[in-house]
Amino acid sequence: MAVSSIAGVSDVAAANRPMRSRSPYPGWFFLPAAIIYSVLFLAPTFASLYFSLTRWTLFDSTFIGLDNFVQFFREPFLVQGLVNTVIYAVVTSSLKVVIGMLLAVMLTSQIMARGYLRSVIFFPVLVSTVGVGITFTVLMHPTAGAINQGLALIGIKGPGWLVDPKLALYSVALVDVWKGVGLATVIYIAGLVAIPRDYYEAARIDGATPLQNFFYVTLPLCRPATATVITLSFIGGLRTFDLIWAMTKGGPGFASDTVASVIYKQYQAGFYGLSTAGNVVLFILIAVLVVPLTMFLNRKQGHE
Amino acid sequence: MKSRASVIGGVAAIAATFVVFVIPFLFIILMAFKDRQQSALRDFSWPNGFHLWDNVVQVVQTRNWMMVTAFINSTLITVASVTLLIVLAAMVGFVLARRKTRYNGLIEFLILAGLMIPPAVVPTIWLLQGLKLFGTLHGMVLIQVAYNLPFSIILYRAFIATIPRELDEAAVIDGARPLDVFFRVILPLLWPVTVTNIVVQSVGIFNDFTNPLYYLPGNQNATVQLTLYNFQSQFNTAYNLLFTNILLITIPPLIVFMFFNRQIVAGMTAGAVKG
Repeated sequence: MAVSSIAGVSDVAAANRPMRSRSPYPGWFFLPAAIIYSVLFLAPTFASLYFSLTRWTLFDSTFIGLDNFVQFFREPFLVQGLVNTVIYAVVTSSLKVVIGMLLAVMLTSQIMARGYLRSVIFFPVLVSTVGVGITFTVLMHPTAGAINQGLALIGIKGPGWLVDPKLALYSVALVDVWKGVGLATVIYIAGLVAIPRDYYEAARIDGATPLQNFFYVTLPLCRPATATVITLSFIGGLRTFDLIWAMTKGGPGFASDTVASVIYKQYQAGFYGLSTAGNVVLFILIAVLVVPLTMFLNRKQGHE
Repeated sequence: MKSRASVIGGVAAIAATFVVFVIPFLFIILMAFKDRQQSALRDFSWPNGFHLWDNVVQVVQTRNWMMVTAFINSTLITVASVTLLIVLAAMVGFVLARRKTRYNGLIEFLILAGLMIPPAVVPTIWLLQGLKLFGTLHGMVLIQVAYNLPFSIILYRAFIATIPRELDEAAVIDGARPLDVFFRVILPLLWPVTVTNIVVQSVGIFNDFTNPLYYLPGNQNATVQLTLYNFQSQFNTAYNLLFTNILLITIPPLIVFMFFNRQIVAGMTAGAVKG
């Protein structure tokens, strides 16, 4: 369906042009990309809308209406996955905004060893998520882990990072921030560098303190960067799977399950319809939260 | 001058980032140098001997040289999908930037949808099975292309908009066919953004864990990230080997980082300033 629509687009457009054979911008240039994208991404997405309403074995499917969704909102552990996903996305994206911005302000000032600091903060972005997850699982071990042993040296009894059900989700979120804050930082650096120096000049003449500089010049003028960081890390947080899976597998119990890990667990257990319903729930969750969020961020921007 | 305060601030920043960002990597390296007994302590002690080479040999030989297969598979998938991505995304970006039709809106919507919507996993598996692509390397390549096209197209379209149209027109007047205009005139000019694309997408696809986990089951198909995940259960008493494995798969991104730092940052911050 989607294939034909895109292919149709280019044919019609090409036929409408008088210089059809001479056009240096042939419509069929869209075709290979459109076919791969439609078959492997759009078609399954549309199919998921149907299969989420079925009990499904991959070979045959029985239509059961909204039962999967009812189950999704009734089973306590599935509901917890939903709540956890939102908490995780909010925690990681807000921490990335705050820390990323502070680091960027620091890195665009006259600080020494800027190159070193930038590289060190950014490098974790490029490292394998599974590798990072395993490393921190070992470091966060309640007794043998280096973090708690280090805390013991200064007389603090470290918490059971990943084994405490109240804490596990936040511990994973913290590692997510560790790995991803470098990206937020470089986005903010790009945003800060683009602010014309005149504004700071004018603020200096008006006798602004550094703190006023930050709140009345820097903060409003790097709002596009803030919008990008929030949107990117919020979507990333809602979709997160690999770090959770490498560190806790949703445990202890279901304490750190997210929708994405529920989808995988239900898939492994053979509940394909329920797993697909999870996909649709995640899709709706992203649409419901991210679309208003981006509209809000852009509206504020126009208001400035 | 406030030089003294800034020196203190600088030293504090260096110390803090060292503890937070460098020490975890030092931990990986130290663990990879230890023998099995010492690594079981999981502390920051100095390795009592040089065991890195033994560990590497053991990791590589585990499960019938699975690590070697995995490196070959990951390399094949990365190279093939990045090549396809570049050609296809540049073609779309070129026509999208040059030709204004009323369907441009629809195409841009599809691009944004591709960036936001999580792929529907089980229906994709069902479809791949129907197409006989499930659990094959070329199926994996096509999946990576489909999922990463939107980002590459955005990078290309923004860059192509800065190349003057007169160039294509001159080529057409000189008698170039559409394919010549694109492959001989435009594509070579896109080199800077192509490098950015290559680097960002290679790192992403090489590090991808979720998609191979779903679409590429089976030991003969293992990718580098999956070996690490499999070894996690197998090596859970042999931390030296687990961390040697982590060290080995961190080397390719490290090399990319050292040579292409600028392009990576350019690619990942594209569009952030304009908003």
